[in-house]
Amino acid sequence: MFRRQLILAALAACVAASAHARAHPQEKNSRPAKAALAASGAETGKKLPLTVSDSGPEPQLAKIFKEIEGNRLDNALQMTESLLRQYPNFRLGNLIKGDLLLARFQPINGFGALNGAPSDKIADLRSEAIVRLKGYREKPPANYVPRYLLQMQPDQRYAIVVDTQKSRLYLYENDVANGGRPRFVADYYITQGKLGAEKAIEGDKKTPIGVYHVTSSLPRKKLADLYGSGAYPLNYPNEWDKRQGRNGSGIWLHGTPSDTFSRPPRASDGCVVLANRDLDAVGKNLQVGLTPVIISNSVEWLSLDDWNKERTDLDHTIEAWRADWESRDTDRFLKHYSRRFQANGQNFEQFAAQKRQTNASKGWIKVKVNNLSVFRNPGKEEVVVVTFDQDYRSNGLANIMKKRQYWIREDGKWKIIYEGAA
Amino acid sequence: MTAPLPSPARVSARFPLRAKLCALALGLALGGALPALADDLPDVQRLVKQGQYAQALGKVDAYLSGKPKDAQGRFLKGLILTEMGKPAEAVAVFTKLTEDYPELPEPYNNLAVLYAQQKQYDKARTALEMAIRTHPSYAIAYENLGDVYAKLASQAYDKALQLDSSNSSTQNKLSLIRDLISTPARANVRPQPPAAPLAAAPAAKPQPAATPAPTAAIIAATPGAASAAALAKPADPKPAAPKTDPAADDIVKTLNNWVEAWSRKDVKAYLAHYAADFRTPKGMSRKAWEAERQDRIAGKAGKISVSYEQPQVTVNGDKATAKFRQRYKAGSLNTSTTKTLVFVRSAGKWLIQEENSR
Repeated sequence: MFRRQLILAALAACVAASAHARAHPQEKNSRPAKAALAASGAETGKKLPLTVSDSGPEPQLAKIFKEIEGNRLDNALQMTESLLRQYPNFRLGNLIKGDLLLARFQPINGFGALNGAPSDKIADLRSEAIVRLKGYREKPPANYVPRYLLQMQPDQRYAIVVDTQKSRLYLYENDVANGGRPRFVADYYITQGKLGAEKAIEGDKKTPIGVYHVTSSLPRKKLADLYGSGAYPLNYPNEWDKRQGRNGSGIWLHGTPSDTFSRPPRASDGCVVLANRDLDAVGKNLQVGLTPVIISNSVEWLSLDDWNKERTDLDHTIEAWRADWESRDTDRFLKHYSRRFQANGQNFEQFAAQKRQTNASKGWIKVKVNNLSVFRNPGKEEVVVVTFDQDYRSNGLANIMKKRQYWIREDGKWKIIYEGAA
Repeated sequence: MTAPLPSPARVSARFPLRAKLCALALGLALGGALPALADDLPDVQRLVKQGQYAQALGKVDAYLSGKPKDAQGRFLKGLILTEMGKPAEAVAVFTKLTEDYPELPEPYNNLAVLYAQQKQYDKARTALEMAIRTHPSYAIAYENLGDVYAKLASQAYDKALQLDSSNSSTQNKLSLIRDLISTPARANVRPQPPAAPLAAAPAAKPQPAATPAPTAAIIAATPGAASAAALAKPADPKPAAPKTDPAADDIVKTLNNWVEAWSRKDVKAYLAHYAADFRTPKGMSRKAWEAERQDRIAGKAGKISVSYEQPQVTVNGDKATAKFRQRYKAGSLNTSTTKTLVFVRSAGKWLIQEENSR
């Protein structure tokens, strides 16, 4: 007769343990001890708002598992029922409720104890439980920012960073008053592609990794129920993807069907899926064509000092490129370009030849860089995506354009590997 | 402990949960002695048994016009309406009864059965939990509640896993639960007020032997209880019949002593119930096992309460098996397990040789 509670406790412990085990494995810098403590859950509770209504089901879920661990199954059931009043279509919640009810009249063998339950669905819900608890216990530390958000342009009010391994979407505000440093706003559970991330080819059921933005907003009434309360197509494949030979299309941020609160962590064909209420909350802050949506396998976090340093270094590099262009010293200017440069049908040699020719005909060149944004591209290679309004004037030509460059780090130096109109 | 009380409930196959509707007898006196009209109620009961619901309803309505508050009559009316397929009206009657007599478990139980029929399992559950709160020893409510929990669990799983309700696994589970909680010879072994006055009912009319005798096991606290209960109670000794084996009675007595020793944390008395060749779990040494029991019983903070329900006892010479639902309560932990004890008779004493729970 003790079996029941032992098994349940073991389940809770298992979920908790796996949630702790891989705390911030990808972190670049070791965090101060205090931040590490916060991630263990003891302190995180304090930082959370007292009302749970806006922070998703995770705080309640964490409490429920705590009650199960502590063998207070009646409390756990009560909490689960109150959770389900808030989110009636929350499948994970319903599974826990089923287990807790079942445990009232027979010993159960663990998570998803229903006899003959489809094991794939149980596995899906188990991984949802784990990533949700992980997401809750491992909130990004307050003094750290995602490495990708080096510089937002002033009119980009928010930025989105997605961590596919954690099944989490982080919303950051561009804190213009504070030197444009990213300020954490909220985070949400997400679903990614059935086969994970790093999309490469059409139909591979993976979510792309990279720096994107939403290209439009599709309202609910134009969509099938599958997409829920709305959809925001992303500009996948972007210039960099195409250069890498990646293809496919129709990668969206979208919601969930009306009978579903959330889908398992890996369930889409590559889209990033949010609960409808979360999509609505995020959607309010999305600027079509502007808000960066950066999808990463595993978000890297930087302390503010490190972040400042990286940002300043890149600003200097970009400024040097601009100044060297104005100098009309073509050799100095070309030092900013990679030998692997390729854009607009030109390789480096062709591009260099054209530049020499143009510069020779110029008496003067003025280049202004406005509305600069700098985002680090997630992935193994060190790449940053630089976007700005270029105001080019010279004797004989004046041109204003939105330009995008991909800079790559080669032998410790940032070099342009692609540039073109954005 | 005296012999178990008669089976208190009637099982109706029509109810999806095999829910036990408390039929006929609301065995307690409310509002004192019944006037002359009281004779009407057994008539009503007879009509119900004969399936003459319209007449029964007319008669009970006439009865109630003289005694509109009468719980017994209203209870019967609710029952008749249920049988007539008027669940909404029946719900109204039972609901009003629970409001007027919140201490009675039966109206809650029947309300729960009606709700369960309408698949309103949450309401059914609330009603049953109320029934149990009023009468912690009310076995029918436990049994129905088990069914309702199962239904609710099944609904939750359907939602969680998007199961088709015709999914065979769900059905397997339900039938499993059926095995778990339904036993043909049900006995309520909780401490109960003496059942003797019921059996001695002088006014009882002869009943067809084939009909089960549904009587709720009720606490009859008021002096008028016996007579009122007698009026309501068809005398039928049948339910007690399966329990005549003296050895089986001994087993039940042993079970009682065992749970009592456990509940009062008397480890010595508790361990004395185990045979020298008791099969310890996982092949533990007897010493280690005794130490573990000591730790888990005497070492437990707070109260322990252990009881059992629905024992099925089979005796075979000097061996006996008792299968029952064990309820264990310690702190906030509240469990119900199906347990099987194998007894062996040694020097006239029944001792536990095996203990298995599922």
